[in-house]
Amino acid sequence: MAAESAATGGPQSALFQRRRGRQLFEQAIGWVLFLCAAVTVLTTVGIVLILVIEGLQFFGDVSPWEFFTGTKWTPLYTNQAFGVLPLIGGTLMVAIGAAFISVPVGSVTAIYLSEFASPNVRAVLKPILEILAGIPTVVYGYFALTAVTPFIGNFAEPTIFNAASAMVVVGIMTIPMVSSLSDDALHAVPQDLRDAAYAVGSTRFEVTTRVVYPAALSGVIASYILAASRAVGETMAVTIAAGSTPNLTWNPLESIQTMTAFIVQVSLGDTPHGTIEFRTIFAVALTLFVMTLVMNVIAARVTARFREVYD
Amino acid sequence: MVGDTERTATQSGAGAGTATAGVTFQPQASEDDAPASPPAVEIRNVSLWYGSQQALGNVSLDIPRNRVTALIGPSGCGKSTLLRCMNRMNDLIDGVRIEGEVFIDGEDIYGAEVDPSDVRRVVGMVFQRPNPFPKSIYDNVAFGARINGYKGDMDGLVEESLRRAALWDEVKDDLKKSGLALSGGQQQRLCIARAIAVNPEIVLMDEPCSALDPIATQRIEDLMQDLASDYTIVVVTHNMQQAARVSHRTAFMLAGDDLVGRLIEFEDTDRIFLNPGDERTEQYITGRFG
Ligand SMILES: Nc1ncnc2c1ncn2[C@@H]1O[C@H](COP(=O)(O)OP(=O)(O)O)[C@@H](O)[C@H]1O
Ligand SMILES: [Mg+2]
Repeated sequence: MAAESAATGGPQSALFQRRRGRQLFEQAIGWVLFLCAAVTVLTTVGIVLILVIEGLQFFGDVSPWEFFTGTKWTPLYTNQAFGVLPLIGGTLMVAIGAAFISVPVGSVTAIYLSEFASPNVRAVLKPILEILAGIPTVVYGYFALTAVTPFIGNFAEPTIFNAASAMVVVGIMTIPMVSSLSDDALHAVPQDLRDAAYAVGSTRFEVTTRVVYPAALSGVIASYILAASRAVGETMAVTIAAGSTPNLTWNPLESIQTMTAFIVQVSLGDTPHGTIEFRTIFAVALTLFVMTLVMNVIAARVTARFREVYD
Repeated sequence: MVGDTERTATQSGAGAGTATAGVTFQPQASEDDAPASPPAVEIRNVSLWYGSQQALGNVSLDIPRNRVTALIGPSGCGKSTLLRCMNRMNDLIDGVRIEGEVFIDGEDIYGAEVDPSDVRRVVGMVFQRPNPFPKSIYDNVAFGARINGYKGDMDGLVEESLRRAALWDEVKDDLKKSGLALSGGQQQRLCIARAIAVNPEIVLMDEPCSALDPIATQRIEDLMQDLASDYTIVVVTHNMQQAARVSHRTAFMLAGDDLVGRLIEFEDTDRIFLNPGDERTEQYITGRFG
């Protein structure tokens, strides 16, 4: 009897101890994960705080009115002017030009992948697009300089650095984003709807254009906005391809400077910290941040509405 | 025998609650007038494979014109598969292979020169789950007509189709409203309106009431019988009571251990339920298997 209770008591308490150890382990894991999450959040908050504080200091010296309406950007010259419009103009020109490539090509690719490609073709094409998305952007920059600009030179007379070549490479760069996100949106359209369209005599093309694409429209539009947001924030390729000439122009054959390219220029240059010249990059970065944030929020809103449709 | 069937049907039915004692069978299908017009669909020796798995084995049957024909049988016996053979919906599934012929108005719809989308214009379909497009009620109904280049009075066509689907009075004041805003039963009637707006000859229905409540079910059942005067209706149902109520003829299908669905018996509905010729039919309708 005694032996028996000892036999059951022994393993049982060991069992409890093991449990306690595991619980501690679980708790520790929980804390580690929490810390990781906290670091991410704090980093983001820190960056935004620095942007806001330095940006506000900048706006103590330069009026927001001058900054947002001025058409000359020469903060690094003796004859300083702080009108950010040439940078915003250059940024938007590249982003919009890129959209003229990424939106049609990306959409058609997505439609092909989701509605027309056989599973085999899809299995080959999807990874290729992901490779396209994985190419370092500096490579795109040199591609613009060494291939796209000479190619444009066959029809027109671009300067060595020009907005057009940046549009082309940023457009190519953002195709995978449009095609992949649009493909997701098209794929999420229930098969029921395709069947319904087929059942009244639609061809595959009609099913795609009249039912699937409209049903996925908000998701597709979200992909366009996110790609535009990415294009606005794109740095390396545009710095290399478009040059660093702040220039409020409509002519894509000229050199321009984007907001990101300016930030690179100052960051890599020998502008002393604490000067107003240096603080310009925070003002520009803050503006850029707000622009992309707004675009991402709009995209998220549109996507959320798109989810509601099927629930 | 009748009592037996009645009882099982009530037990296994979707609870439509409309089982009337005694006669549940509509005797519209008098055997005399059946041969008067040629069959709407002639299915000849149809076999079908999903990849390497055969799902239909040598099925032949004639679907009578302007009648409701029910396909019954246990789950997985190939009812939906056979139904989709009649409008080539199976063509949309990868790896499907079909042998045999399906004649509609004397033409083999699997003929080399036949475009499946032309077949589906003549053979409409209503699905198990109501699947209106995320578009307005009006656009849902007009969809097929627009696709097919209908040049007539679209408003009139939409109204007429919704009337035939017994939905007009409920939606006539908000045709701009999304089809998804309707109740399940209304959505299914909208889908029926969408199907008949293309003016098909045949309407296939794959368990059209399985997602609906008893009252909505009753309305669809009534509708099926009304529509039979203008269209040939083929309805798949797992609800024997429903088959007994709405159909003139019933096909009983069964898949063996090889999972190949075969036609066991195809008879007037009252024959099937009162005096089945095959032992397995009797076992099925009395609820002893399936
Ligand atoms: N798309 C498909 N791919 C592969 N097998 C399928 C497919 N659809 C149905 N089947 C198989 O074919 C058989 C018949 O299915 P189905 O026609 O849906 O039966 P029922 O409608 O009578 O329940 C089942 O064994 C099912 O698993
Ligand atoms: Mg089925």
